[in-house]
Amino acid sequence: MSGPSTYEPKTGFEKWLDTRLPLIRFAKDTAIDFPTPKNLNYWYTFGAILAVCLVIQIITGIVLAMHYVPNTAMAFDSVERIMRDVDWGWLVRYIHANGASMFFLAVYMHIFRGLYYGSYKAPREVLWILGCVIYLLMMGTAFLGYVLPWGQMSYHGSSVITSLIGAIPVIGDTIKTYLQGGPAIGNATLNRFFSLHYLLPFIIAGVVILHVWALHVPGNNNPTGVSVKDVKKDTVSFHPYYTVKDLFAILVFLFIFAFFVFYAPNSLGHADNYIEANPLQTPAHIVPEWYLLPFYAILRAITFDLGPITAKLGGVIAMFGAIAVLFVVPWLDTSKVRSMRYRPLAKQFFVLFVAAFIGLGFAGANNPDDLIVAFGEDKLVVAYTDETGAAARSESFAEYHDAEHFIEGLDESAGASMEVVKSGFKWLWAAQFLTFFYFAYFLVILPILGIIEKPKPRPLSIADSVLGKHGQGSAGGTPVPGAANAAAPRDDA
Amino acid sequence: MRIMKLLLVAAASLGLATAAHAAGGGKHPHGPEEGWTFEGFFGTFDQAQLQRGYKVYREVCAACHSMDLINFRNLGMKNGPFYDPDYPNPNDNPVVKALASSTAEVDIINQEDGSDTTRTRLTSDPFPAPFANDATARYANNGALPPDLSVIVKARSGGADYIYSLLVGYPTEEEMSTKYALLDTSNASQHYNPYFAGDVTPQWGGDPRHRHEGDESAHAYEMLPPGGFLAMSPPLFEDGVEFDDGTPASVHQMAEDVVTFLAWASEPKAQIRKQMGLVTLIYLFILAVLVFLSYKQIWRNVEH
Repeated sequence: MSGPSTYEPKTGFEKWLDTRLPLIRFAKDTAIDFPTPKNLNYWYTFGAILAVCLVIQIITGIVLAMHYVPNTAMAFDSVERIMRDVDWGWLVRYIHANGASMFFLAVYMHIFRGLYYGSYKAPREVLWILGCVIYLLMMGTAFLGYVLPWGQMSYHGSSVITSLIGAIPVIGDTIKTYLQGGPAIGNATLNRFFSLHYLLPFIIAGVVILHVWALHVPGNNNPTGVSVKDVKKDTVSFHPYYTVKDLFAILVFLFIFAFFVFYAPNSLGHADNYIEANPLQTPAHIVPEWYLLPFYAILRAITFDLGPITAKLGGVIAMFGAIAVLFVVPWLDTSKVRSMRYRPLAKQFFVLFVAAFIGLGFAGANNPDDLIVAFGEDKLVVAYTDETGAAARSESFAEYHDAEHFIEGLDESAGASMEVVKSGFKWLWAAQFLTFFYFAYFLVILPILGIIEKPKPRPLSIADSVLGKHGQGSAGGTPVPGAANAAAPRDDA
Repeated sequence: MRIMKLLLVAAASLGLATAAHAAGGGKHPHGPEEGWTFEGFFGTFDQAQLQRGYKVYREVCAACHSMDLINFRNLGMKNGPFYDPDYPNPNDNPVVKALASSTAEVDIINQEDGSDTTRTRLTSDPFPAPFANDATARYANNGALPPDLSVIVKARSGGADYIYSLLVGYPTEEEMSTKYALLDTSNASQHYNPYFAGDVTPQWGGDPRHRHEGDESAHAYEMLPPGGFLAMSPPLFEDGVEFDDGTPASVHQMAEDVVTFLAWASEPKAQIRKQMGLVTLIYLFILAVLVFLSYKQIWRNVEH
């Protein structure tokens, strides 16, 4: 994509360096002259925003690591010590904690943008896959980081996740033991989580370099999905055109970021994480941070055994599958048209998909047995043990008086207790339905749409589109039928 | 403008994220009628109130609750209860020194012969803990462990409102015999509080399907009450503390003051944070406007 290099070394030092390590040439070609489609909208600024997020997280993280103590007896207090006694420690920690949320907010925008404009399609499959790797690494890093303050959610969240890994057949238990550093979560776990939490961001940084490299080979996609035809007419240089636009977007983003850091620093976290971890006391609801909730909902949606696959393993497969499916999107989407701007059907399904993903987030935040809508008559269930005290039994009642009489008739030793079984539409069912739709979107809807959908005419070039020539029967609009037409130029799109 | 649409999307999704975490067990908590001084963008701590709140903690709460993360010097730091501009180093503050030295001595080891001994508590020492360890604390409290109050306002969903509601929300004897008559109160070490995050179904002598939803009617007693039972008996009584500034010590006043103190202790840097936030937001706003104008200028001749 980048044209022939226009860099001409002027000083003696530049000439000397250019024949040994052409660093300045590289920087000029990739960060200054790089031809970028002139029609990128604000959705395309999240890449730069994410780079800023990564740098912020690494810098604040390094400072925090200077004060944090990875020891189960001291971790919680050391975090509070950062908040109280370290100069500006509260600021550094709040930036780091809220920075994780901001990072994910931006990455979700970035991913949804890619899905909408077909940025994963040829020739950008590798770029997309590297992005998926970064996202996966981010989730791992965020999870590890959330454990470090050693609060109640830290401990019990890590206990849920490590037990999941234990559900993997054959190798699961071994991996779990290695992760925990022993048979249970303890000091060894905290130490290795700290070590890995420090390591992964640098791996992310490495993959980001590959991601940017893979971006610079085919160049940016753009909202029309139409490839650059004429570098002069269709593109502008990255600097100053996109440096200034990205900088503006970064500042707007930092404004929101700063609002959370200074005025609502704990609103995105859970109050329970300010209670020091206590293995003997499980919180009423164990929930991950908001950005992992959709996958948590998918994990808990599988409540049934499927042949040899237990519900627990099924949940783990579904959760990892939900991420794995992203890797193969370039081959699941059969449409030759990149941008959904010209795909009337796909556009509607995309909106549903985003709604389903947010809905999964809510399902993940709520107790699966709680109700979204209550209907019908709630039942009363009396739980008790039989005369021998060996077997637990339960009896269901519609009337309170019947249940009461039943309990009175029981022996004191039966230890009878009454519970309400609520009747209505459960969050679990919503999670199951949305999980089904999540997978259907990628595995069924995207492949089929590419075949049956009739796309709208697309502009001939980026230059045409920005000059407002696209639209109904516009001059030069090449109607490309669906995938059925094998002659359609793959590049158009 | 497109950027506005984008901002709305961002704000909405974060709003969703915040709402998705909200969940409750007890009655919806409320703050004092006049609100908190430390709330909002320009919230500040009232020093007289912090001093009263500290007195309530020291004379009432400290009998059971530790505050391990708070050192006496914290009391004299900027925005703290006993901050005095004459003593920028709180360790020099005579009031703070006196407060520290008038509490329990600190156990130390005599460096000459290794024997156990004690010394006067200094400003650099933490608040004394009421119990030597958790086991002692449980033993003295019917098996319940009084939580440390250092970060309590951050550690409870509902924050200051929740703790205030809990402190003033214990039902009167009359309410217990009318509105909450069907609750089994035979366990004297457990106390009902409608704001406590819990569940009273096991102690409830009625149909648990009848949910209480702000019902104040005569049939309210037939409704399963919100809240739960906790081991802490009502801690505050009229005139339980004598305030130095002559403020009448009603239960509401003491609760409001002690919660303000606890809110400060949970985040002593909150006031600085808000002041700095305002400056940061203004700075970012101005810079964003300037960069936006530069953007318009640079792109003026490019169709896009």
